[in-house]
Amino acid sequence: MIKTIYQFYHDGFSNMKLGKKLWLLIAIKLFILFAVIKYFFFPNILEEKFDNDTQRSNYILEQLTLQGEDNGTH
Amino acid sequence: MEHIDPSLIDWSRTQFALTALYHWIFVPLTLGLTFIVAIMESIYVKTGNPWWKKTTKFWMGLLAINFAIGLATGIIMEFEFGTNWSNYSWIVGDIFGAPLAIEGLMAFFMESTFFAIMFFGWDKVSKKTHLLSTWLVAIGSNLSALWILIANGWMQHPVGMTFNPDTARNEMTDFWAIVFNPNAYTKFLHTISSGYVLASLFVIAISSWYLLKKRDIQFAKRSIIVASSFGLIVSLFTLTTGDDSARQVALNQPMKLAAMEGLYDGKSNAEIVTFGILNPSKTLKDTQEPFLFKVAIPGGLSLLSYHNFDAYVPGIKQIVYGDKEHKIMSTKEKIAQGKLAVKALTDYKKAKKAGDKKSAKKAKDVFETHSQYLGYGYLKSPEDIVPNVPITFYAFHTMVGFGTWFILLFILILYTSMTNELHNKRWLLLAGIWSLPMGYIAQEAGWITAEVGRQPWAIQDMLPVGMATSSISSGSVMFTFWMFALLFTGLLIAEVKIMTTQIKIGPKEESHV
Repeated sequence: MIKTIYQFYHDGFSNMKLGKKLWLLIAIKLFILFAVIKYFFFPNILEEKFDNDTQRSNYILEQLTLQGEDNGTH
Repeated sequence: MEHIDPSLIDWSRTQFALTALYHWIFVPLTLGLTFIVAIMESIYVKTGNPWWKKTTKFWMGLLAINFAIGLATGIIMEFEFGTNWSNYSWIVGDIFGAPLAIEGLMAFFMESTFFAIMFFGWDKVSKKTHLLSTWLVAIGSNLSALWILIANGWMQHPVGMTFNPDTARNEMTDFWAIVFNPNAYTKFLHTISSGYVLASLFVIAISSWYLLKKRDIQFAKRSIIVASSFGLIVSLFTLTTGDDSARQVALNQPMKLAAMEGLYDGKSNAEIVTFGILNPSKTLKDTQEPFLFKVAIPGGLSLLSYHNFDAYVPGIKQIVYGDKEHKIMSTKEKIAQGKLAVKALTDYKKAKKAGDKKSAKKAKDVFETHSQYLGYGYLKSPEDIVPNVPITFYAFHTMVGFGTWFILLFILILYTSMTNELHNKRWLLLAGIWSLPMGYIAQEAGWITAEVGRQPWAIQDMLPVGMATSSISSGSVMFTFWMFALLFTGLLIAEVKIMTTQIKIGPKEESHV
């Protein structure tokens, strides 16, 4: 069964024509997206700034309350 | 306290708009073309005619190109959530988690199994198994879109959740209320059906080009009959789902509806503008006419919005300044209520920190009383709730105008195909080709209407965009904006180049993929 599935995918990929170019394009794109763009330019701000969810909650609560204060709430 | 730079908000919004609009170039074609190839393959399996196999394989090849280039372009929006919109992602986290996880799992299993059978399985599995896989790819791709649109529908009309002041998150209280949110399923049906219209236009445009070039004539005629029949049915369906969607907007986002129609003063028996040129100097506070020119149907807006010719439709002024006669609360009052919610949240936080349970409970009760207006507490003035009227109006009318043209086009093309006259009607073939870019413009215009029209809200009435952004430098967002502009433009050029090469090669016995 596993051999049949392997053979199916192997033959499929081996017989591709345009598909090879498309897979290359997908691989380059995924590399750029995850290894370059995500890694260098798109950190998860809350994950990076804080160690746990309690700290994250407190930070967001602070934003929600202090920005309201700044807007003349109090 | 971290102050948010207004240019940061603008750049974050512009970047999100850029990525969403580019992503949406690829998605609707995949959603629709999967169904068109499934229909073509069904005809092949039923008739056994190898011409249909060849036809199916050609369009499947173009589907593969679009799918490969569009793949993962949506993931960039998730990157942006974590970096540019971290407040927003934290606040919505619990609501978005389930739908997006289901979407991710579905996409993975569908793509790794049924896509593989669809592309690799010709002559390796039985005809019926292959056909089943093709249909499952079509259904699965569309179900994948369902979960994304449920998330989007929730932002337009948040239901099935409660805001937890301890965690600062919206927590899901009713999964099914979120799934069956009327705003979500009308949006889903309208969005996917418009994708089917685009795919039909795509097949017609390419087939029309073959007919104009007098090559692959039988293939082109066959494809056009499938695409125009499918296109006509789905464009009529798109019309009805658009009507449902607009009714939801009337009920839940009246400001968006007023902006879509350039309606400054509310009225009963409100007219619907079929074509109009807005007065560019019109402001909210003056008495100038909102239109320089318009063609309108009396009572049309009341009828479409509330199924009643005499129904009252509030205008921008009534929503901003209130209207006691029609029991419309002014935005000034909503802002006051919102500020009470923000103050109660602050008091709750302080009381909790001080260990004062009694005060904390009292503050929490006050918060819950006013929490439905929480987002208004962050607005500076009532006029802040007015979105960009010209963009919303023109985007909406472009979408509707083009959509109406597509219905007429499908009727004309189907009729002339059935009478075997189409190949002699050069003007109609040219119209078929030119309608493809119009289809893309209509797709983007639909999203512009939906998203610009709901400004300033990231989550309707709960979270304005200014509160949803992260405190980061606008320079970094500007930089990544241009980076994405380059990346996406490169992908688009690759798509067009590879597609046009394959189209010029034309249908062959063997698959191009």
